[in-house]
Amino acid sequence: MDLERLGTAGDGAIRSRRGREREQENGKYLIALVGMSVLLLSTYQTCVAAAADWRSELVILRVDRKIDLTSHIVRVVMSLKVENTGSTRASDVIVAFPPGQVDNLAYLRASAAEGRGKNKVTVPLTANPFQSEDVPSGAALFSIALLKPLNKGETVTIEVLSVFTHSLMPLPEEITQAQSQLVIYRDSAYVLSPYPVKLQSTTVKTPSPRIESYTKVDPTKVVDAEIKYGPYENLPAFSFSSFIVHFENNQPFAVVKELVREIEISHWGNVQITEHYHLVHGGARLKAGFSRIEYQARPNIRGASSFKSLVARLPPRAHSVYYRDEIGNISTSHLKSDTRKTELEIEPRYPMFGGWQATFTIGYGLPLQDFLFQAADGRRYLNLTFASPFNDVVIDKLIVKVALPEGSKDPHVSIPISSVDQQQETKYSYLDTVGRTVVVLSKKNVIPEHNVFFQVYYNFSTFSMLAEPLMLVTGFFFFFLACILYSHFDFSISKSSVSYLAKLQREEVQDAIQRLQSVMNLRLAVSEKLEASLRDLARTGDVQACKAARKAADATLKDTAKELKSIHEFLQSSTQASHILPKVEELIHKEKEKQEKLLLKHSIVVDSVDKKLPSKEIDSRIASHEQKLVLLKQEVDELLQAVDDI
Amino acid sequence: MAATATTKDATGTVLSAIILILVAVLAFSIRLFSVIKYESVIHEFDPYFNYRVTQYLSKNGVYDFWNWFDDRTWYPLGRVIGGTVYPGLTLTAGTMWWIFNSLNIPLSVETVCVFTAPIFSANAAWATYLLTKEVKGIGAGLTAAALIAMVPSYISRSVAGSYDNEAVAIFALVFTFYLYIKTLNTGSLFYATLNALAYFYMVCSWGGYTFIINLIPMHVLLCIITGRYSSRLYIAYAPLVVLGTLLAALVPVVGFNAVMTSEHFGSFLVFIILNVVALGHYIKRTVSAKMFKVAITLVISFGMVVSVALAAILVASVAASPTKGWSGRSLSLLDPTYASKYIPIIASVSEHQPPTWPSYFMDINVLAFLVPAGIIACFLPLSDASSFLVLYIVTSVYFSGVMVRLMLVLAPAACILSGIALSEAFAVLTRSIKFKQDKSEVLMDESNNGSKTSQPEKDKEIVRERPSKKSRRMEKENVEKVLEKKEVKQWSLLLPVEASAVGILLLIVLGSFYVVHCVWAAAEAYSAPSIVLSSHTPEGVHVFDDFREAYAWLSHNTDIDDKVASWWDYGYQTTAMANRTVIVDNNTWNNTHIATVGTAMSSPERQAWEIFQSLDVKYVFVVFGGLVGYPSDDINKFLWMVRIGGGVFPHIKEPDYLRDGQYRIDSQATPTMLNSLMYKLSYYRFTEADGKGFDRVRRTEIGKKYFKLTHFEEVFTTHHWMVRIYKLKPPKNRLRGKNKKRSKSSSKGGKSSSWKKQEKRNPWH
Repeated sequence: MDLERLGTAGDGAIRSRRGREREQENGKYLIALVGMSVLLLSTYQTCVAAAADWRSELVILRVDRKIDLTSHIVRVVMSLKVENTGSTRASDVIVAFPPGQVDNLAYLRASAAEGRGKNKVTVPLTANPFQSEDVPSGAALFSIALLKPLNKGETVTIEVLSVFTHSLMPLPEEITQAQSQLVIYRDSAYVLSPYPVKLQSTTVKTPSPRIESYTKVDPTKVVDAEIKYGPYENLPAFSFSSFIVHFENNQPFAVVKELVREIEISHWGNVQITEHYHLVHGGARLKAGFSRIEYQARPNIRGASSFKSLVARLPPRAHSVYYRDEIGNISTSHLKSDTRKTELEIEPRYPMFGGWQATFTIGYGLPLQDFLFQAADGRRYLNLTFASPFNDVVIDKLIVKVALPEGSKDPHVSIPISSVDQQQETKYSYLDTVGRTVVVLSKKNVIPEHNVFFQVYYNFSTFSMLAEPLMLVTGFFFFFLACILYSHFDFSISKSSVSYLAKLQREEVQDAIQRLQSVMNLRLAVSEKLEASLRDLARTGDVQACKAARKAADATLKDTAKELKSIHEFLQSSTQASHILPKVEELIHKEKEKQEKLLLKHSIVVDSVDKKLPSKEIDSRIASHEQKLVLLKQEVDELLQAVDDI
Repeated sequence: MAATATTKDATGTVLSAIILILVAVLAFSIRLFSVIKYESVIHEFDPYFNYRVTQYLSKNGVYDFWNWFDDRTWYPLGRVIGGTVYPGLTLTAGTMWWIFNSLNIPLSVETVCVFTAPIFSANAAWATYLLTKEVKGIGAGLTAAALIAMVPSYISRSVAGSYDNEAVAIFALVFTFYLYIKTLNTGSLFYATLNALAYFYMVCSWGGYTFIINLIPMHVLLCIITGRYSSRLYIAYAPLVVLGTLLAALVPVVGFNAVMTSEHFGSFLVFIILNVVALGHYIKRTVSAKMFKVAITLVISFGMVVSVALAAILVASVAASPTKGWSGRSLSLLDPTYASKYIPIIASVSEHQPPTWPSYFMDINVLAFLVPAGIIACFLPLSDASSFLVLYIVTSVYFSGVMVRLMLVLAPAACILSGIALSEAFAVLTRSIKFKQDKSEVLMDESNNGSKTSQPEKDKEIVRERPSKKSRRMEKENVEKVLEKKEVKQWSLLLPVEASAVGILLLIVLGSFYVVHCVWAAAEAYSAPSIVLSSHTPEGVHVFDDFREAYAWLSHNTDIDDKVASWWDYGYQTTAMANRTVIVDNNTWNNTHIATVGTAMSSPERQAWEIFQSLDVKYVFVVFGGLVGYPSDDINKFLWMVRIGGGVFPHIKEPDYLRDGQYRIDSQATPTMLNSLMYKLSYYRFTEADGKGFDRVRRTEIGKKYFKLTHFEEVFTTHHWMVRIYKLKPPKNRLRGKNKKRSKSSSKGGKSSSWKKQEKRNPWH
């Protein structure tokens, strides 16, 4: 059973390797760069110089290799003890990787120990890809430059850390929810080396003691979750013996297919970071459906291969953290912060099973003074980590966009990682006029080890900060100015045009009519007062009050009559008023008549009361006037209405 | 004297400007509770569609938008979006987005959509101010604006995120009314044209525009009948009908409906009448009284003949259509029982139900008590404008009584009238305090002018109640000066100072009660986005985000061309959030299609599978609240599915799902119910969750506890089980052996005969 599985797995692996080889041919020079790490800058010339006699008389005395398979990122630490047995001085040590592995190589770091005891420090060494025809089966070589050349008989110990992604192949490729995930890892039991190796051993560490099967290359020993290959002695150069380990690995296989990090610098005190993730569970795909009841009952068993949450370590003093996706906020996250770090634990909307995908965005602000500094030459630079803050994720494609503030010039990026593509874009954000310079860095196959600080240098003058506020100020200034001007100017096209004059006249006429109406109202009020005084008279018999009212009324009527006359004259003179003039004249006339009648009636009544005539007689005396008055009142009302309608 | 008046004027203007700005701020900010308490997200169902349309508009431009045929909904029919959507809202938000982006303010379409409603409610408050000012002066206007800024009824439709047509439409409605009144008061053709444009905007925005095109003719008719015809009325109405109808016909969704449907006939009829009356008045002015009588009989008789002929044609054409030319929704307004009798799909929507009394108190609160006072104030004196308000409130009260959704139309009317009532009451009370205190002074000092805001009302009283107030502004002070004394006498009915003080105090208490209620309603009742639910537990707020969980899962873990079936409520959300093709959605344009889904949900598993298979459906999801007690789930909506399905496919009968007329899902439930797809998908493996299968919504144990699904498989269930997604098993699973086994087992159950019958009558085979 196991053998069969292994067989199929092997086939698959071979197939995939072929595929990779094709890729390799397509882009040979790129492949040479992929996944390689350079800690110190060096030139290609050194490799070429060394190339002539690269296979010098070096012997590896001892190799200890530890392969760490506890997460989905494979970390291999090799400790090499190298001796120069030849006569020439050797300045480089070459390490080799099997062809299938190098495609997945994300990171390579070499270091040498210097000093002894307490003074022991590790010094990073330079590693460069190295090409030579003289290599069996297309193994990839990297040359590590030693700190000082190795003389005959001298030894040196170097440590090489290499990190591989996508190297654990799930087998079976599809599992159900209840199954735990089994993966295979293949490598050579002997360390691939261009030099003869005297003594070597390899330790493979798996996450759990559950190891389905493994290839035996004697001597092989299993202790708990560790498989120990070796020790092997005196192997010639390029010895190779493949082994396959098939084991359980339920660690989160969190793969970010693409991560876009947008970093926006605002000199008003904030660095805003927005990260868009496209997350995939890279392990064995989920077969059949997902049952919530089983997952809820026993999440550790019935969902062993899934992962629920991811933890990001954000810089300290990160603020305004948010976590959302394209349809809104995701409420399952926790934020813990102390002075040294901010820890954000996020859960995707659903537990991630094999093959499931999710997209989300996290964003946070950072205080400017923690990350932006001024260099000695007056330039400013941003100092920020390169990769994702999440632990233990593999990022297939990382794009970092640094949007510099508007008005900054000459951006220059300094990054201690190789094979990073650089581009520049322009972006328009709030109230920008010339746009912001955006430095775009992209890199493939990124792992947590790449999370190092990088710097973006640029020139920026403080005055550029004021550009936008000043723009707003002037904008509002001109707006208000325009408002003031508008309200103070007359925008009629021509002051002498016929229609304009006609309009003016019309307005005058209207004004006159308004005045006329108000005067009329006054007069009506007067007459009402007179009537009221008459009623009072009938009630109280106070003739004096009535006479006083009459006097006041007379005065007002006299005043208003003058005004009426002037209005009438004006209307007569105006050409625009011709059509209403007859009505107005009629109104004035009738109103006058009415007032006269009323006054007459008033005086009659007052006289009669003075003479103490009986009320019946008074009534009969004024009856005819009364009738006329009512008639006149009606007419005046109608006329008023008509004038009003005009 | 003049100088002080202008300063007072200026102070008043500045003061009212500041008040208006504050009102706008209030209207905007009271609607932000949803963003603060929840998040900046689109709410509910329809807004998601509008949001999706806006996204399309902003991405593809307006021409593509008009021609957009959406193939991701109503599969396999699709839907012509450009021709079936009211474009006002989307065009507004799209334009706003475009302006922001061309100013380099990179707001997302979503942000613009979320805040469109609050912005427009601020606009609506201003429009209300203008309208009320036009009728009853600045004081009433300001009060009404403040009231509408926070009326709960309007808040319920316009909180941030509630990106629906109504949000914009209420502004358009009030603004159209304002321009109508403005035209009526000024007789200016300029405002008449603006009025037609505002009406056009309203037509673009909401189907409720028919309210305008019926209310204004009613008012015109009222004016004519009560002898208030004037040239101003003609100018206010005629351009509106002519221009407005032409413009309305430009909107694709209205098109020829603007002249073909019965909703619009009233306006044409009134237009004819108005012209006849105008002709009569013209003749009266030009000829002598004797000739006029002759002429008027001629005109009337001729007009009668013409109108009878027209009416005959109309009646003939209208009678040809089965609904008499009315749309279903309008008919259900005129006859409240119509929808429940004939169109279950309209009746099934909760917002189409008649409101209950508490909902009036909830939605307009103290305004309900102030409105009668406002109506009385409108009669003192009755002008053209105030009669319009009376008509508006009367009709909107009726409509709100028919459909709870139309409470929204009532809200502005209630606010305006309450504003008038409050303002008048304040005017009376403050005046009585003022004049009581310095009565003697006033009598001596004639130059005391009184407050500016209350001046117009005083004038009205004096100027012998003449209706037109166009000249109010220009009236000279000397009139007022002399009349002041008289006026004090006229107001001899002034209240005692103590009573007025108490009255003012009570009014303030009333107002603050209203404010407290509104803030509460905005914060607690109307801010939930309904896609996120929350409950308060002792530990804090617990969030139920299951809908988005399901939509996100669908969107990332299914194929982009998979078809997803669900009840139509979730159609818009599925297309917008999960980006998957749906069978039916909230635009209920095809009853048969919805009935098909309803039938599938009410059928046994196999038949349902066949129906779904024939529709090329790959995933089916149901909303289930039984685990957490979410009441508006699919089991509670199930009877509507049965009814709607049964309306088209008669083999689905409602009584089959009811035991003695009762809808139940416990052990007493009918076998048809327990075997329906909806039941099975909802309760699949539910018993395992708590061991008993206790449904917390129905408060009972479920009837059928252990069963297996043969044609569907569970692929995803959300955290609180609120959305359960199933995948149709592929056809090759329909093995002969399996069928045999099933029929064997079902024959034991004794209900196989009925199943077989149904199989034969399956509409899809």
